[in-house]
Amino acid sequence: MINSTVAEISAALKAGDISSVEITQAYLNRIAKLNGELNAYITVCEESALEQAAAADAGRSAGNTSPLLGIPIAHKDIFCTKDILTTCGSRMLHNFVSPYNATVVERFNDAGTVLLGKTNMDEFAMGSSNETSFFGDVKNPWNTECVPGGSSGGSAAAVAADLCAMATGTDTGGSIRQPAAFCGITGFKPSYGRVSRWGMIAFASSLDQAGPITKSAEDAALMLNAMVGLDEKDSTSIDRPAEDFTASLNQPLKGLRIGVPKQHFAQGLSMEVEEAVRNALAEYEKLGATIKEVDLTNSHLSVSAYYVVAPAEASANLSRFDGVRYGYRCEDPVDLEDMYKRTRSEGFGEEVKRRIMIGTYALSAGYYDAYYRKAQKIRRLIKDDFDRAFEEVDVIIGPTSPHTAFKLGSKSDPVSMYLEDIYTIAVNLAGLPAASIPVGVANGLPMGMQIIGAYFDEAKILNVAHQFQQHTDWHKQKPGPIASNEGEA
Amino acid sequence: MEWETVIGLEVHVSLSTKSKLFSGSSTEFGADPNTQASIFDCALPGTLPVFNEEALRMAVRFGVAIGAEIGKQSVFDRKNYFYPDLPKGYQVTQLDFPTVGKGALTVTLSDGSEKVIGVTRAHIEENAGKSLHEEFHGMSGIDLNRAGEPLLEIVSEPEIASAEEAVAYLKKLHTIIRYLDISDAIMAQGSMRCDVNVSIRPVGETELGTRTEIKNINSFRFVEKAIISEVQRQQEILEDGGRIIQETRRYNADKDETTSMRSKEVANDYRYFPEPDLLPVVIDDEYIAAVKAQLPELPDAKRSRFAEEYALSEYDAGVLVSSRELAEYYEIVASQSDDAKLAANWVSQDLLGLLNKNNWELADSPIQAERLAMLITRIKDKTISGKIAKTVFETMLEDESDVDTIIENKGLKQVTDSGEIEKFVDEVISNNPDQVQQYKDGKQQVIGFLVGQCMQLSKGKANPAQVNELLREKMQ
Repeated sequence: MINSTVAEISAALKAGDISSVEITQAYLNRIAKLNGELNAYITVCEESALEQAAAADAGRSAGNTSPLLGIPIAHKDIFCTKDILTTCGSRMLHNFVSPYNATVVERFNDAGTVLLGKTNMDEFAMGSSNETSFFGDVKNPWNTECVPGGSSGGSAAAVAADLCAMATGTDTGGSIRQPAAFCGITGFKPSYGRVSRWGMIAFASSLDQAGPITKSAEDAALMLNAMVGLDEKDSTSIDRPAEDFTASLNQPLKGLRIGVPKQHFAQGLSMEVEEAVRNALAEYEKLGATIKEVDLTNSHLSVSAYYVVAPAEASANLSRFDGVRYGYRCEDPVDLEDMYKRTRSEGFGEEVKRRIMIGTYALSAGYYDAYYRKAQKIRRLIKDDFDRAFEEVDVIIGPTSPHTAFKLGSKSDPVSMYLEDIYTIAVNLAGLPAASIPVGVANGLPMGMQIIGAYFDEAKILNVAHQFQQHTDWHKQKPGPIASNEGEA
Repeated sequence: MEWETVIGLEVHVSLSTKSKLFSGSSTEFGADPNTQASIFDCALPGTLPVFNEEALRMAVRFGVAIGAEIGKQSVFDRKNYFYPDLPKGYQVTQLDFPTVGKGALTVTLSDGSEKVIGVTRAHIEENAGKSLHEEFHGMSGIDLNRAGEPLLEIVSEPEIASAEEAVAYLKKLHTIIRYLDISDAIMAQGSMRCDVNVSIRPVGETELGTRTEIKNINSFRFVEKAIISEVQRQQEILEDGGRIIQETRRYNADKDETTSMRSKEVANDYRYFPEPDLLPVVIDDEYIAAVKAQLPELPDAKRSRFAEEYALSEYDAGVLVSSRELAEYYEIVASQSDDAKLAANWVSQDLLGLLNKNNWELADSPIQAERLAMLITRIKDKTISGKIAKTVFETMLEDESDVDTIIENKGLKQVTDSGEIEKFVDEVISNNPDQVQQYKDGKQQVIGFLVGQCMQLSKGKANPAQVNELLREKMQ
């Protein structure tokens, strides 16, 4: 059962075929077997998970019919969880136990989910390979010599390897979609403002957005139902009428207008990924969709603009980690300046420090106009490109990543790592919703396809993704046996 | 050489919202350290700001009161610097799009002249916490109760030409802020603080001289003294052929001098950028009109009205409107006693004298407006004389009984019984034959002495007009 979708587990729980305690124990067993190798979890909450599962079972007997009741979940360690270690993948917070819950965590608690643990991630979500975590690399379950992608690599690996039924992730420049593509699962980044950022440790405030990491588009819809909604604690969260994202999953795609950005099929895209995405597009045509090329003229500027805006915001967001109130503090500081310097030098990893320096530089007097202001202008141009495209098409489809998962340690040059997110970053800059779903396997590694929608068109994307998954089996492909392996429920 | 002084003031006022600018924590003064610091105020990871709209209303209220342009779209920015009492590592403030734009204040100077001083802008920002360096044995304590409290920073144009003008500007600002009820504006408690930018230049020079900034002065008197001493210092340096260093200085009241704090030439680069956790605050004309409609009568308008309605001098009216409470107090006294002039004298002299002597606020006064009005009524209906009234006033400080009871119990009621007065008059005439003769010889002014004698004899209780009349009659 642990390799089932949330929808299936939910049905089994409802039918009484299985209890939440049983399925929770099965996941805990599998975590115990595989986490040592995959390193997907930083913290496993065995005891409290079983308590929550028992409470969920009791709730069900008492008439609770929440669709997520008793479903075991993993939260990315960027979400603050009350009384549980919340590290953000950093030495800086290696000892930080949050006194409060993130809104996302709170909403899943309210929905009755069972928290299995907190997943590994790139430090402060800065990375595309999960190699910057203070808690070590996460291994790709399809090939443990490869990266799972990042920054939500722990969540993606956990879902792919059946170490949980579903997981939360966050996406600032592709951090849900790229690991979803690398691990052969479904990842969804909602429109900016859909999901509250309260309690989600900030990387780049104007880009960060939480979303589901699941085994199917339907599961993503179920998770989104619980996650979205106005939160008065987050001033950037948006008030929208309540929506059931599962409601339109089964709409036929006849007449769907798909835009294909020529810039996403240009130089740098691997042949196997291109072929897989083209095959998927052919499948859509069979379902009655029409394909049209669209021009995202300024997409080549997105990585550059992103690497000004995101580090600039991060440089301020990470100033609070100063050793004064919580988290890491260097030993025996001689004075205030020494405490600041050593705490931050020792507490942050290389990539985080690099981005703080880039951001600090971009905001410096005399450089602000040349960098930050110009990047904000580019952001507007990129958004305009999408707006124009969505006048003619319903969704935009292309590859999520130019290639399959790469080998651990193979990318030592930061810029080549930054280019990993070449197709995903523009979506964050424009604040749009987008999914990545599996569309094939090459050389034993999965490949992902990105579906981008207009602002607040989550339901449309999910519909498009779900229909594909109704007619293909790529999302059911599983990693081969992992080392010690196969603890089934 | 003749020098002229150029001063600009930056005044920080704590807005008296119930909760902080971006969190629900209380802003009550004087709580135990860190008992009013929420997880947001402590800058825990993942916490986010939510703007307190009451601060916006107060800022707009100030803006419309000084006739300023109101920013229809205010944008918050992050001002980045590291300090232990700044938990987020940045202060949220408004850089390019403040809520209040250009406005002006009119101040009255001691020679009676008026001067208009421009206000460049007023922006909303959050306060920092407090660092406590004593009592911790080589460590510092951080109190975050104050962190995140809303401030309005009011920046003047460099149009202030003297210490006197600076104080007049500050007092006017203080009065308006208190009228608007947007801050306690108590300098001693830090709810109003002032940074002074001072430079001097030869008279006739159009370029500004190098300025120094004197930080955190906490009383009107010290502002005045700090400016005088800083102008003196700059003048001495320049006259000796020296150069003023642009720097931040602090005023040492004990030594009456300013001393260097840090050089601005190696100033922080604050790396301002728009705060992405907050949306721009957008308001429309309707909002501004609604705030304007709720403005109280402001000091200048009230002064004009008092001068006209109560036939007072501009000066007296100015004294009475110096605080909203005092003006209200005066209007009660004036209407209940039905004698605006007498009321003005009693309030501006006796009452204010009493408050100043005891260093009391109006609210501390044991003499409420209704009691003072009654006292004046008793002067008017001749129950007591003006002189006896002073005695009653003194008694009222310790005795909470009503005015009539005090007059009765102390036997201070004016003697108007002509038979009784006649006794005093007869006695004085018989005891002072010389003066009586002088009067009869035409030296009219002697009457004053004789009236005084009668008053003394009656222990002040005789009606002086009656005494006067009867004396003249009897000496004819």
